[in-house]
Amino acid sequence: MPEWIAACAVDDIDLEDVIPFQHDGVDYAIYRSPQDEFFATAGYCTHERMALCDGLVMDGIIECPKHNGRFDYTTGKAAGAPVLVDLRTFPVTIEDGTVYIGIE
Amino acid sequence: MNLMGSERLKRYSLVGPEAERAVVAGLAGGTDWFRSDMPRRRMKELMRRSDYPAIRDTVIWLGAMAVCGALGVVLWGGWLAVPFFAAYGVLYGSSSDSRWHECGHGTAFKSRWMDDSIYHLASFMVMRDPTVWRWSHARHHTDTLILGRDPEILVMRPARLARILGNTFGLVDVPVASRDMVLHAAGRITAAERTFIPESEQVRVFRTARIWLVIYAATIAACVLCGSILPAMLIGGPRLYGAFMLNVYGLTQHAGMGENVLDHRLNTRTVYMSRINRFLYWNMNYHVEHHMFPMVPYHRLPELHEEIKGDLAPAYPSLWAAYKEIVPAVLRQLKDPTYYIHRELPPGAAPYHPQSDGRALAL
Repeated sequence: MPEWIAACAVDDIDLEDVIPFQHDGVDYAIYRSPQDEFFATAGYCTHERMALCDGLVMDGIIECPKHNGRFDYTTGKAAGAPVLVDLRTFPVTIEDGTVYIGIE
Repeated sequence: MNLMGSERLKRYSLVGPEAERAVVAGLAGGTDWFRSDMPRRRMKELMRRSDYPAIRDTVIWLGAMAVCGALGVVLWGGWLAVPFFAAYGVLYGSSSDSRWHECGHGTAFKSRWMDDSIYHLASFMVMRDPTVWRWSHARHHTDTLILGRDPEILVMRPARLARILGNTFGLVDVPVASRDMVLHAAGRITAAERTFIPESEQVRVFRTARIWLVIYAATIAACVLCGSILPAMLIGGPRLYGAFMLNVYGLTQHAGMGENVLDHRLNTRTVYMSRINRFLYWNMNYHVEHHMFPMVPYHRLPELHEEIKGDLAPAYPSLWAAYKEIVPAVLRQLKDPTYYIHRELPPGAAPYHPQSDGRALAL
């Protein structure tokens, strides 16, 4: 069972955007889709250690701010060079306006 | 100090001693570069993609090539063909560089397939393997002008002047690209390429090289059959006779600036250019801005420049102004490779990266 960690308030993230979250020294990225769904992934690109929270969220994709590495943020799947390794994802739940991410 | 020949090349080699030194010195990996403060909402606006500007510019670009190429063919054999082939050559052999660049970043269009299509077309024109150079350029952005790490340093210290001047007409780039194409077609890559291209990607390199070789062989065969160089004037040849503006624009990016620094304001230039040059070069004259925020599409770079110019040394007012600095600096570096151009920031600008200022040499 994952441990559910309060990451942010729902309103902390704009629609189709991403914010950073840190817990126990580990960085995460929390996303809000245009359909008002929330997702969580590892905070750094798998190509090089670039923070994804500075990237562009568009059409279900997060693009790394440095090299345009692209991931489907709903599944973590890498979408082509220069990223070849998928992004780790984490379950998300919403309760009383708070976004929780599930960490093993 | 006077570094020449193999000593100089060793310092810039991706498999030489400087590569290891850059890692040990904490210069490699690209995570600590200076970036101007920018509100997230504004940055999102600037990063937003659109198909329209690049479709408009691509229609003009390819349309102008079609018209100039057709008129050049019709007028072939007379002097009247010269201006049309000159224009065709620049559009093919020089502007392909910026199209390769922008579409390689995936920022020119919103639609990925459009970026990829123009990327492959422009890669062919500029004779850069699309896979090798995608990875090479990613490294260039990670480790811009870091010795032993950046595979795209055009002007070394001291500069290889004959090579730079020869490339005004592609006289080094084209033979090197041809040699690599044959190597890749044979299923091999160079030791330097192996440092930045994952093994799983190498098969793409081999496939592209084989396709390109067939196209160039067909072009040469067409020349033989026609008894004329006209087919090569349209395919391949422009990378030679039309490459001079590629060099003119490209050298302004980093020549003479600081090496082994973690602040693009120390190793990169922004140069104001005319509307025609900005069309041909797709706004890559805003080069500090591009390196600081590579996700901003070329058509939004002038706005980004306005947002952050208070943090930057003043932009060069023209190509002429940039070359008035570049030429003496590169000539001085022939005798003194420790020299580099260090520009003063305006009052109120964020200071230079603390690790970078004054560290522009790792000798």
